[in-house]
Parts: sequence; C-alpha cells; structure tokens
Amino acid sequence: MRLLTHNMLSSNIKGVTNGFPLLIEVEKVIEKPVDFNPDFLKNMFLKVDWKALVDASRSLGYADLPEETPESSVIDSDDFLRKFHHALLELHLEEGALVCPETERKFPVTKGIPNMLLHEDEV
Amino acid sequence: MHNRGSNKISSRIAQIRLVSSHPEVYEPCDDSFALVDALLADRSNLLEHRPTLCMEVGCGSGYVIASLALMLGEEVPGVQYIATDTNRCAVEVTHETLQAHGVHAELINTDIASGLEKRLAGLIDVMVVNPPYVPTPEDEVGREGIASAWAGGENGRRVIDKILPIADKLLSDRGWLYMVTLTTNNPSQICLQMREKGYASRIIVQRSTEEESLHIIKFWRDFGIKPDAKENVTVNRTAPARILDTLLSQVHWLSLKKSGTSNSS
Repeated sequence: MRLLTHNMLSSNIKGVTNGFPLLIEVEKVIEKPVDFNPDFLKNMFLKVDWKALVDASRSLGYADLPEETPESSVIDSDDFLRKFHHALLELHLEEGALVCPETERKFPVTKGIPNMLLHEDEV
Repeated sequence: MHNRGSNKISSRIAQIRLVSSHPEVYEPCDDSFALVDALLADRSNLLEHRPTLCMEVGCGSGYVIASLALMLGEEVPGVQYIATDTNRCAVEVTHETLQAHGVHAELINTDIASGLEKRLAGLIDVMVVNPPYVPTPEDEVGREGIASAWAGGENGRRVIDKILPIADKLLSDRGWLYMVTLTTNNPSQICLQMREKGYASRIIVQRSTEEESLHIIKFWRDFGIKPDAKENVTVNRTAPARILDTLLSQVHWLSLKKSGTSNSS
C-alpha cells in the first residue's frame, strides 16, 4: 500500500466522525522505484492532505518531507518533487495495520493490501 | 469463441495465460471480455482524456484493470490505478495478475469503495465496473467468496443500485464510468436514473451470448442536463414530466438499437 492510498482512506466504521487520517502500525516497509512524473505530482499536490502524508511517511521511517504545508510555488522545485514522489508512491506499507484514530480499531494490511471490511456491528 | 485479436491488440490488454486464478475467484468470461473490448473501442478517447486516477470496483481476477493499465500504458504516463474487491482471494489474485503483466494498481479489500468515499470523492477520472448482475434470490447477495462476483438479487440490481450513487460521488467533473449490464437489469432504466444525476450515457458494446445479452454502458457528466430533473420525475409527477420520462426511455432504446449495429467486435 502506497501512502497515496493511505491519504485517501478513512475509517469507515458507523458512527465515527473523525476517521482520518488512519494511524499506521508498521511491521514491514518496502520501497519500489516508480517512474517520476512531475505532472501527476503537481496534480496530486493539490489533493493530498499534507500533514497526513508527512506523519505517514515518518511512521514509515522517511523524514525528508517539510512538516509545514509548503507554498504552492514549491512544486516547481525538482528536489521537492523528488521527495514528494518518493513519499507518495515509492514507500509501501507491506505488513502492518491502519488504526482508526477514534476507536483504535485496527484494519490489517497484509501483502500490501489493507482490509477495510467491517464486521456486521460496525456497518 | 472469442478471438482475442491480433498480437498487436493482445499486447495492449491482459493475456489470459498470465491471469492468475483461484477456486473462489471469478475467471475472465464473456462479460469481462466485452468490458475490455468496450475500453479498447474507446481507447483513443481514453488517451485523449488523460486520466489521473482510474478505479475498478470489483476487480475479480484483475483481467480488466490490468488491461486498462496496459492499454493506457506508456501513452498516458503517471496514471494511478486503484482496485477494490470484497473478496480477499480476488484482490490477491488481482495482485498476481498485475505483477505478471508488469503493471501496478493499489488494491483494497473492501465493499465497493467503503473507506475511500470521503477522501476520494470527485477524484476518479475513469471508473470501470463489472458488477454482480445476475438475478438471484435476495439472500444470495453479499455472501462471501465467488458468489459475490455474480449474485445480484432482484433483477440483478441490488449491487448495481448500491454502486451507482457511490460512482457519482467518486467521479470527477470529467469522470467516465464504464459498466457491464444485462438486459434483465433494465439498462434503459439505469441510464434514466443516471440522467437524473446529470449523466449522459452511451452503449459502447452490445453482445449476445448463448446465456445473456450484455450491454457495456459509458456514463459521463453532461452539464447540459439539470441534475434536479429527479424532483420533477419522482416528487412532482406532473403530466409533462411523465411525457419527458417516456421520451427519455425512447431515446435510450433508440441508442440501444443503434449501438447494436455498430458493435465493436
């Protein structure tokens, strides 16, 4: 699971109002190289929740993203885009869990695939 | 029965020999081939569309999402793919199928798009769905394993009717939805229902097999359609609205017939 996906996932349990972002419990992180595409990154920069991405990348052991939401002019910086690219697409949570920030319910991630299926009493 | 085409074509879509399988996962069949054929038929439009995020709901074996990733391939770089399935075995099989073809999609084991609806709202440029459309007793809907690939309840509409509002929520302003339906699902009524949400529609592929008649419908937002048309039709059912209703269904049946003669295969 890429952090792009983490940035798009919320706790879907019935009654939860603050289900985003999910906390990350890490067992195994892997890195896979992805072709660098500035257009995609510039597009996604406007859509990602920056703080959620920074916190998630730190959970996965990558601390090079600036903590504060960067000015939009930063997307013209190649150095910035490379770091954003790495955090968003190349880091994978392979094994671990996503944790609902409100209920602490764990959604397991195995073989890089999060399981967001709910139990009957959570729907 | 289905000619998978020349080498040139098959290199652009997933190859059956590379599609992984599992006893609890629906294998690529006529409906999957019809959906991929519809995407191929619309490929030049898709290339021009330059989607950023593409999504498949109910990815099964991974044949369709792998084919989409391959046909957009290097010509539309930087597309990200997301695929969901409620069947754990299916997402794992999809993972193997994607790997065998050297393409990637983010996979999530979830019901339709549960967990994604908030943050992914309005971001999907292309959505493909081969829903469980087979009419079955209601209690077969939502069962685990391979039954989830086909059990569609009354008229096969139970899951389709759950997917449509979610698709509407996730699709971007320029978003396109490609969906497989059966004649029994009443495609013209589905088109009308989507029209009430502001979507135009077109049948891209129509195909009859021994067992079923399939329509692959493409939906896109048409800003010329008033999304509040629904109120006229359902709440305030005046005579003019009824006429409009009838007129629209005729338009859609005409387009059904028309596309029958221009089948892509």
